Parts: sequence; structure tokens; C-alpha cells
Amino acid sequence: MSAAPATDGRDARTAWLLTAPALMLFVGVLVIPLAMTVMLSFHDWGQYKGIEPVFILKNWHEVATDPYFAEMFWRTFRIALLTTLITAVLGAPEAYILNRMSGRWKSFFLLVILGPLLISVVARTLGWALLFGGNNGLVNKLLMSLGLIGSPLPFMFTETGVVIALAHVMMPFMVLSVWAALQRVDPQIENAALSLGAGPFTIIRRIVLPQIMPGVLSGAIIVFSLSASAFATPAIIGGRRLKVAATLAYDEFLNTLNWPLGAAVAVLLLVALVLIVVGSNALIERRYAEVFR
Amino acid sequence: MSFLELERVAKQFGTQTVVDDFSLTVGKGEFVSFLGPSGCGKTTTLQMIAGFLDPSRGAIRLEGHDLTVVQPAKRGLGIVFQSYALFPHMTAAENVAFGLEMRRVPRSECRERVRATLAMVGLAGYEERYPRRMSGGQQQRVALARALVIRPSVLLLDEPLSNLDAKLREEMQIELRQIQRNLGTTTILVTHDQNEAMSLSDRIVVMSQGRIEQIGTPQETYERPASAFVSQFLGKTNDFAATIDRTATPGRLIAGSWSAPAPAGLAGPVTISIRPERIGFCDAGLAAKIVTRIFQGNHWLFQCESECGAVIVIRQNDGQPQPAEGEAVRLAWRPEDMSLRRAGDAA
Repeated sequence: MSAAPATDGRDARTAWLLTAPALMLFVGVLVIPLAMTVMLSFHDWGQYKGIEPVFILKNWHEVATDPYFAEMFWRTFRIALLTTLITAVLGAPEAYILNRMSGRWKSFFLLVILGPLLISVVARTLGWALLFGGNNGLVNKLLMSLGLIGSPLPFMFTETGVVIALAHVMMPFMVLSVWAALQRVDPQIENAALSLGAGPFTIIRRIVLPQIMPGVLSGAIIVFSLSASAFATPAIIGGRRLKVAATLAYDEFLNTLNWPLGAAVAVLLLVALVLIVVGSNALIERRYAEVFR
Repeated sequence: MSFLELERVAKQFGTQTVVDDFSLTVGKGEFVSFLGPSGCGKTTTLQMIAGFLDPSRGAIRLEGHDLTVVQPAKRGLGIVFQSYALFPHMTAAENVAFGLEMRRVPRSECRERVRATLAMVGLAGYEERYPRRMSGGQQQRVALARALVIRPSVLLLDEPLSNLDAKLREEMQIELRQIQRNLGTTTILVTHDQNEAMSLSDRIVVMSQGRIEQIGTPQETYERPASAFVSQFLGKTNDFAATIDRTATPGRLIAGSWSAPAPAGLAGPVTISIRPERIGFCDAGLAAKIVTRIFQGNHWLFQCESECGAVIVIRQNDGQPQPAEGEAVRLAWRPEDMSLRRAGDAA
């Protein structure tokens, strides 16, 4: 034990040395640009003068007071929350059923669930647009020619549309997360509950669900943060008419060219997300610490 | 008399027969073990009794009523699983109380029964512990308490002690036996451990490849094994060739230089089966040479090369001088200690 401090010192140096390349990459491509974005949000901007490197709170004041931005952020988090709910309600049973399938079917359906991840989000979202896009959407055309609906189902440029398309995109993350939690459940545990007199519904509610809850919640965190910061799906389905935080920041950067305001929106989105994720994670850990450590 | 009855029960998975022609009657309060190597069908049989599997053929009756038509949840059997299958998100007390809640036992009675049962398995004071924070032995006790608290008509134990270390396993064996005796619960134990089966059971069902090899008390199965499989699975045994000479009257059973009066019935080449501890070193008998001598504390183990092939001999370490390695000895045994079968017969 007496030699430990000296070895520790050398070990620490070696550790720093070994992690240095990754650390430099991390600082270079993440920390510095992020810090610059934060700085940018405090700069001034004018139609004719462009970006002025001064330190003012103009952008933050605008974001905080203009109800336009409040509406935008509420919409963003409402969409993310609804998406998370849908993926949880559909994804958890999906994972449970998947887990109960026998060997060959299990791997086949796992592939079906993961398959969409191999296709670009843009292509998948455009698929929804092809099916429901106004008068020319395939489903709308079919339903209208059958006389079931008089006018096309509103899907494009609606929050419902964005939520449905996002839920489709995010589903694999929820299923995988719940599936991973199910792998840790003792396969005999349902039989144990059954032998004690529990019916199928009770087994799900009292035995299975509490055990996969950490999986559902970690899946929810992934889906929520990815949905709140999603760009492609809201951009295609929501378009200019239904902006969310990510598409708003994009527009400020590339259309209005008001980089400082875009930066303020982006930083606010990031901070809000970090707070929500860290906060709910702490809650989950506290709630399930005793059981799942 | 018969409390639980299995009649010609069989289970097939596709074309594979896992259990075949399994018939057994278990008396009330009896402790019966299903003993056999892995894959012999003992767990499958247990799962059919529990209702997790349906038998392909045959009948299972409890107190004369057909059990196979009863939902597993309604059978009222207590089951302890090999992995314990405790509910990790519930405390020990909540685990034990689960079966009572399902039976809608009033809260106050439920609390009292949970407390009493946990105390019975030696876990008083552990009510609020979560399974993750308990040792393997403690988890095992919770699982036992959870199965017993519902006062099951039959207690099914699926290799309950196999995840415990040797010393703890022995302690649990004694405790399990005491608890079972005190409660008088009819119990079926599935195990691959012959010592466990012998020390716990009233009767042992020895199984191999889906079939029953023998049903009997531990002593019967050990001392009168019905087949070569049983004699080899339950402890060590010697099998060697001998002949019955009927030309002389009375006939003689001859193994090398050892001989005895021939029993009735058999003739010609036979196989002698005898336990190593029943063979002694004598002045006359089967000629052999000691190849290795192993000291095992309370007994000696001798590997001998005899006229009739390899023979194992076990002698108590009773302080008497024992023959050394390489020494020539004579082996003898009482005819009533051996069993005979026609040479070539597997069983």
C-alpha cells in the first residue's frame, strides 16, 4: 500500500496521455464550437451591418419576451412528449411480444423493427408525405375514391402529422431499450407469479411492467431528446407553416441570416433538453435505486 | 392413500419424446424426489404437474380430480424455482405476500402469515430487504417462504439448492427436511444430486431418458438398484463378469478365484454388481493387485486390478492397517450384498 501514491501518479499521467487524442478531438469538435455558439448568442446583428462581436442580451431578451418563441418551444416539447408517449405505449408491448416469440420469428421481427434505421430519416419521412400529402397522397386518393372521406385527411403541416411521423422514426429506439430491459428479467418469473395465482393482466401490471419500467424510461429519454431536437421530420412534414425549435434555428441561420438569434434558440433548446434529461434521469435513478442497483 | 397421481404421463416436443409412460402415486405428506441426469425429463414432468406444460398423453390427478384441466394459476401449488424467480422490485415481505394478495386474504391475516412464514425459514427481521441485497441462501429462503405461505397442496422444488455452495446446501437440506416434516406438505423435488435426493426423500424416482428406471426408498434404490443405470447413478458401483456353473450340483457362481452357491434362475455368463464399500480384503477370494490407494479422510479408496477387471474398494478408516499400493490381495463379499443379471443385459 505504501507504494500506491507513486504508482497512482504515474498511472494518472499514463491515463491522461492515453486519453489525450480523444480528449483533443472532443474539445476541438464539440466544446469549442459549442462555446462559440454560446458566445455568438450574445452578439448583435443588423440587416445591413451583419454580425457585430459585442456582448449584449438583445437576442436573449427577444427570445424570452416574444410570445412567438414561447409558442415555438411549447410546440417543440409538446410534439416531443406526445411522440414519447406514443412510442412508449406502442413500443413496450411490441418489445414484450417480440421477446416472447420463438427463435426464428424473433430474429426476423427484430430485423423488421431495426430495418427502418437503415433507411435515411428523410426518405422515411418523404414516404409519409407520399401517403398523406394533400390530394395526391396515395392513402388520401384511395380513401376519397372509395368515398370514405370527402376531403384529404389533414396530415401535412399539422402537429398530428409531425407526431405520427416522428413516432415512426423513433420507435426502434424505444423497442430496443425496452427489449434490453426484458433481457434482464428472469424467464421463470412469470411462471412464479402464475403459480401464486396471478392472472395474465396482473402479471403484466404487477410483475413485468415494474421490471421493464427503467427500460421504458431510458427509452423515453432517448426518444424525447431526439424528437425535441429532430430536424428532418418537422422540416418535411411541418415545413415553414409549423416550425419547431430546430427548424426555427435553421431558418434564422440560413434564411434570415440572423446567426446570433439562431444561436440563442439553439443554446436554449440545448439547455432545456439537458435540464429535462438530467432531471428525469435523476428522478428515475432515485425511484429505482433500491431495486435495480 | 394416493394424493397426487400421475398415470402414464408422456410429453412430446415435435417428434422428440421427452417423458414417456410416467406413472407415480404420491401419498399425502410424502417427500418424493425425481432424480436423474440433465435432460432425463424430470423438470418437464414437474412443469406438467405445475401446469406450465400440458402432457401429450396420460392423466395427472390431485385427490382424485383431474389437474390438467385446471389453470396453472388455480392449481394452488407452491413452486420454488432453480433461479428462485423472486420479484426484484418487491421486498421480501411483498414477495411472500403476493400469493396471499392474489387470494384476497384480509390484510391483517396476510401480514401475520407473511411474518410467521419468514420467521419459519429463519428470515425474521428481513421483511423490508430487497432480493438484490440478500445472499443466495437468503433469496432461497424467501422463495421457499413465498411458496409455502399459500399453504400449497403440493410443494414443487425445481433444483432449489443447486445454486448454493456445498456447506450452505447441506444446511438447507436439513432445514428443508425439518420444515417439510413439520408442515406435512406433500413435496416433489427435482434434482440431479443423488446425495440431496437420498438425504431428503421418502422415495426416489430415478429417471433416465424420459423413463422411470426405479421408484423406491433411498435405501432400496441404493442397495437394490433395479438397473445398471441406477446402480451407477446412485453412488459408485463395480460391475464385473462371472459365470454360473450348473454342471455340478449344487451350482456355483464363479468370479475368478471367488465363488459362492449359485442362486436359482440364472445360468451361464452373468454380471455381478456390487458396491465398493461391501467388498473386504480376506484370506481367500478374487485375486487382485492394488493399483492406487487414495486417502479420503473418513475412508480409503482402493483401485484394484483383479482377475475379472478393475474393481473399486472402499474401506472405513477405522484405524486398522490397510494394504499398500502394489500389494496382492484377495477380495471377498457376502452374496446377499451383490446383485446379478444376465451378461449383456443393460438393465
